[in-house]
Amino acid sequence: MIQTAAVTWTALEPILPELLLVGIGVLLIGCDLFIPRQRQVLPWLTVVGCATALLMILGARPTSAFGGMFLADGYAMVFKAICLGAVILTTLISEQFWQTVDGRQGEYYSLLIFSLVGMLLMASAGDLMVLYLGLELMALPIYALVGMHKRDGRTSEAAVKYFLTGAFASALLLFGMSLLYGLTGTTDIGRIAEAAAAMNVAANPALLAALGLLLAGLCFKVAVAPFHLWTPDVYEGAPTLVTALMSIGPKAAGFAIFGRVVFYGLPGLQDHWGPILAVLALLTMAVGNITALCQQSLKRMLAYSSIAHAGYALLGLVAGTEEGMAATMAYLAVYLFMNLGAFAVLILLAAPGQCRESLDDCKGLAGKHPVVAALMLVFLFSLTGIPPTGGFIGKFYLLKAAFVAGYPLTVVGAVLFSAISAFFYLRVVRLMYMSEADHNACLSCSPGMRAVLGVCLAGVLGLGFFPGPVLGWIVAALAGS
Amino acid sequence: MFPQFFFGYCALMIVASGLLAISLRNPVHCVLMVLVLFFHMAGLYLTLNAEFLAAVQIIVYAGAILVLYLFVLFLVSLREELHLTAFVPNAWLGRIIATGLAVGLIATIPAFTLGEKGVWTVDAIRQVTHTKALGQELFATYLLPFEIAGLILLVALIGGLVLARRDQGGGESDSASGGTAGDAGPEPVADCREVGR
Repeated sequence: MIQTAAVTWTALEPILPELLLVGIGVLLIGCDLFIPRQRQVLPWLTVVGCATALLMILGARPTSAFGGMFLADGYAMVFKAICLGAVILTTLISEQFWQTVDGRQGEYYSLLIFSLVGMLLMASAGDLMVLYLGLELMALPIYALVGMHKRDGRTSEAAVKYFLTGAFASALLLFGMSLLYGLTGTTDIGRIAEAAAAMNVAANPALLAALGLLLAGLCFKVAVAPFHLWTPDVYEGAPTLVTALMSIGPKAAGFAIFGRVVFYGLPGLQDHWGPILAVLALLTMAVGNITALCQQSLKRMLAYSSIAHAGYALLGLVAGTEEGMAATMAYLAVYLFMNLGAFAVLILLAAPGQCRESLDDCKGLAGKHPVVAALMLVFLFSLTGIPPTGGFIGKFYLLKAAFVAGYPLTVVGAVLFSAISAFFYLRVVRLMYMSEADHNACLSCSPGMRAVLGVCLAGVLGLGFFPGPVLGWIVAALAGS
Repeated sequence: MFPQFFFGYCALMIVASGLLAISLRNPVHCVLMVLVLFFHMAGLYLTLNAEFLAAVQIIVYAGAILVLYLFVLFLVSLREELHLTAFVPNAWLGRIIATGLAVGLIATIPAFTLGEKGVWTVDAIRQVTHTKALGQELFATYLLPFEIAGLILLVALIGGLVLARRDQGGGESDSASGGTAGDAGPEPVADCREVGR
């Protein structure tokens, strides 16, 4: 007699937000198919679905489901909130974006939602299988979204490059996972931690090889140097809206699995992965910040800046403590607002037929559109890390965590590279405020765009002035998990 | 003795046909090399006492998916090769890193110790038969991963459609690139080969 799995209400309850989003994704396909005239419904359906899922996740108690394969703990909750926030904000901008590029957008929203489900599963993964499948579910729709806007020649190249490097990174990750499974006999992350603790680590190079392969695969996914080579081309070639999403959503989910694997799965090997990650973080900050100095395209500059910020966020993982993890989460939350704000301004600058992505297009923006220039100023200050913006607070906690954990040299390096980054961020400010405009650009601003700019401004300044509640919430969520 | 010999033969053939699949110039030959690779994969499953997986490997991969690859090749006539500029211009750097990685991994083999065994020993599987054991695990313990895999297939379908569809009023040149990236979905192998040349 075969026993069937007990698929009851209580078994499904922790995964309900994901199920809701899958339902919304299918509904979006149906809407696109059967009521094509009412296409303006799609973004609103997406936003409402994501907001409902966000409320459900924030209100849920920490549980686990499917025999520990799906963990709805505080750790997952914070990362899920960041991913959902990224999708909600980019969806609100999408209306304006698709109007300017005049593309077909039917499947955009359903692919976006399915990718979001992948991100949520990654954040909740308690088992290497769910972790990997969530990763693929997140990545596949993004490959398609990158190549979606086919009239721009760069997008096809970006999609192919992203797909190839993504597949390669998945292979490395899978190789590492298979070694880990062979060594421990389980794919459950909690039990891997126990088995690895029981093993004599120094005498087992196989475990170190598994760790090395896992780190390489994960670093590919969050674009940490020297595995960052795909990032600039892909970010520049993808539609700006997708770039905005990619620079925060998949990155946050990538950090979620990064933390889950090294922080929860292999805590006994911290003496090995801590220094490696410290060196990689320094290298990433160096590559991102120094290469960004010589970029002429604003979009490409933001791509390099996102590499550099991955380096900063890595500092919290380097620390390997709960404070470090909380600092990484807080930084990603701040990064969500400041980076999406900067990308929203970039999308706002674009006009039908012109992409206006170069630095020269910012010239004299303050004279024509003082409000937009002031918003960009705040976001760029925050990306640099100048107080009283959120970027400063986020960086401060990260550096503090890394310093306390015993990496003073890394912290000094991070501060130095942060100072270098001021040059290219503030160059945009100089062009906006101190140059004369070459051309007359009139900007149109949709209500969704206004809302996003407002939320991002509030987020950046709010986290800058009152970081206490959000940080307290993150620490409490981590401690409760 | 025989199992070791058989394993060594399969492993060598897999590596050799894999290398040939990415280095041959005629796409049809490449696909046929992948076919050889799939057959030897099935052989490896046999050495692991996984007869069901071996059968599925031949029926699904060698039988169905390879035929799809061939269809894709016929539909997308690859007259001219696609050339992508490499991230790192010097190929030797990549070869050195790959060799170093291989040597490093081989060096770790002696230290490899097997972890604890699961509940499904060879005897236990023989008692309930493969198919039943597999089904029971798949739909009870691994229900969630199974459903996620289903979702991934759906997404691959939609993504392939989005990429393969011609833009309304767009140029003709889209279709070639859309086609190659279009079957980007579940099987990266052939795609990498097609595009990476």
